Amino acid sequence: MSHAPVNNDSIYGMLAEFDTPIELTEAAEKAYAAGFRHMDAYSPFPIEEVSEAIGFHRSRLPMIVLAGGLLGMLGGFALQYWVSALEYPLNIGGRPMASWPAFIVPAYECTILAASLSAVVGMFALNGLPQPYHPLFNIMDFERVTRDKFYLCIESNDEQYDASNTRKFLEDMRPNHVWEVPY
Amino acid sequence: MTPRGTVDNELDERRVDKLISVERAPVIEPGHSFGSVTDKITSIVLRRGTPLWWLGGIAITFGMLQLLLLACTLLFFKGVGVWGINIPIGWGFAIINFVWWIGIGHAGTLISAILALLKQSWRNSINRFAEAMTLFAVMCAGLFPVLHTGRPWLAYWLFPYPSSMGTWPQFRSPLVWDVFAVSTYATVSALFWYVGLVPDLATMRDTARHPVPRFIYGMLAMGWRGSARHWKRYETAYILLAGLSTPLVLSVHTVVSFDFAISILPGWHTTIFPPYFVAGAIYCGFAMVLFLAIPIRALYGLEDLITMRHLINSGKVMLATGLIVAYGYGMEAFAAFYSGNKYERYMWLNRAWLGPYWWSYWALLATNIFTPQILWIRKVRQSPFMLFLVSCVILVGMWLERFVIVVTSLHRDFLPSSWGFYKPTSIDWATFVGTLGLFFTLMFLFLRVVPAISIFEVRTLLPEAKVSKGGDAHLMSSADL
Repeated sequence: MSHAPVNNDSIYGMLAEFDTPIELTEAAEKAYAAGFRHMDAYSPFPIEEVSEAIGFHRSRLPMIVLAGGLLGMLGGFALQYWVSALEYPLNIGGRPMASWPAFIVPAYECTILAASLSAVVGMFALNGLPQPYHPLFNIMDFERVTRDKFYLCIESNDEQYDASNTRKFLEDMRPNHVWEVPY
Repeated sequence: MTPRGTVDNELDERRVDKLISVERAPVIEPGHSFGSVTDKITSIVLRRGTPLWWLGGIAITFGMLQLLLLACTLLFFKGVGVWGINIPIGWGFAIINFVWWIGIGHAGTLISAILALLKQSWRNSINRFAEAMTLFAVMCAGLFPVLHTGRPWLAYWLFPYPSSMGTWPQFRSPLVWDVFAVSTYATVSALFWYVGLVPDLATMRDTARHPVPRFIYGMLAMGWRGSARHWKRYETAYILLAGLSTPLVLSVHTVVSFDFAISILPGWHTTIFPPYFVAGAIYCGFAMVLFLAIPIRALYGLEDLITMRHLINSGKVMLATGLIVAYGYGMEAFAAFYSGNKYERYMWLNRAWLGPYWWSYWALLATNIFTPQILWIRKVRQSPFMLFLVSCVILVGMWLERFVIVVTSLHRDFLPSSWGFYKPTSIDWATFVGTLGLFFTLMFLFLRVVPAISIFEVRTLLPEAKVSKGGDAHLMSSADL
């Protein structure tokens, strides 16, 4: 990773490293209380308290999954009805064409298939992944985020962001390091 | 009470305390940190190199896989006549093995989905390879119906698509339901497995030193960076997938049992089939989990991550589901007589006593019902070796169950003129052994290239992962959605 020469227009944000999830949660709470909104926390495992602390409470994902599941169910049922009753009716002993109880099983499987696909695709899409490059990867030590370190990044597009004050604000919380993250 | 009696009582109490403490063994042994669990699990793939037993093992299983290649080649040239099937026994090994394999897969989904919903944190160190087991077992299962069609290159006819022939599948047939159930199951299992892997692939990307694995793991990790927003959506997606997989796994084996139960054949046409097939699948799947977990933890020295707690709990699940299966067998026998139907009654008597396959029924009871009862003994549940043996017996027993259901029900038709006898050919055996080779070859490859234990979920089990007192850092409840 190269450390390009930095000027103030090409700064992604200010990154602080912590040792424990508790320190990270407290830092995130303080930053939120201080009025920062454009920030994100990074950790090696999910910590519910941290996403609450940075003010991220609800995701749209459950609605996407519900919509996907309903579409799958309707699509699966409609396909079977159309095939069995309209397009390719098979008269076997005069039994009804629109024999809906028999269609429940494939419609059910289609519901689950579509809902699962929308959960996975929706999660990656909302997260903006895949994203092979991210400015945080410019910080060599940041690779410990997938191991044992915890990070808080206040982003430069926050209204209150100011290179020296934000650095001081983060340093007051006694992190291991504070870095300015270049794009 | 005499002083001597008191001493004895104290000794007894101490013994009981010790026994209870083993039964409540920790999910993860003390002394680990975020870094040490990461190192321990990633080192299997990245640092320790290829062990000799791994090379020896994959050499054997890859050899078995070649049998599948030979058997399939012969099958494609000559048709299903190379198998032992003939009317009235048209199903034979292909369907026995299909049901056996798909049942094995079900424990993986149970561990990853149902135990996640129930917040059973002990699942966290065995779910990864249990899910891999599911995926590979479904691959083996899926092969059999496709080969059994006789013209596997036309298997896509099973799917509804606007074809130039102007025909469509018969949606009232359980065989078409099976296509939907199994293909959905395979897709969702693969999604679940991959989603669970993404954060660990990022760990592999950041831990690997060589640029080639760094690049490959990096691409597969999709740029995962552990953002709190990402984690929140990730957890939501994961718990929703668990919630969707739970009814799915129950429906898949229910649909598999419909393949039998919807027919009018004595021995198949019974309402007990769906629940007892599902219980049997979980029974057999947990046996496979133990069959894999016990050698893996010993060979890789993972006793501190896959602890006795996991083995004991799996033993208890096997005991419970085994009893449900026993109830199923009992109900089959009861219904045969209670129905007052002479064909039903004859079927059961023929299966257990009169017919040429009587031995398979008693072998089934011995392996699947009687032997596993030793799991009631605590010492057996606490011995990895005994659990391994019981698992082997159950795997054989569950295979015999499908043999009994498929073959003994089919070989006596309603008219004696259409009675028959089924004997598997060497090609049948080669196909079955070949899929065992496929399964274990894939397992060996999986152990070598992917972290076999979910690293990020094990991190959440460490005491320092807790932020608020009494709070569970991982897996929010479904009520939080």
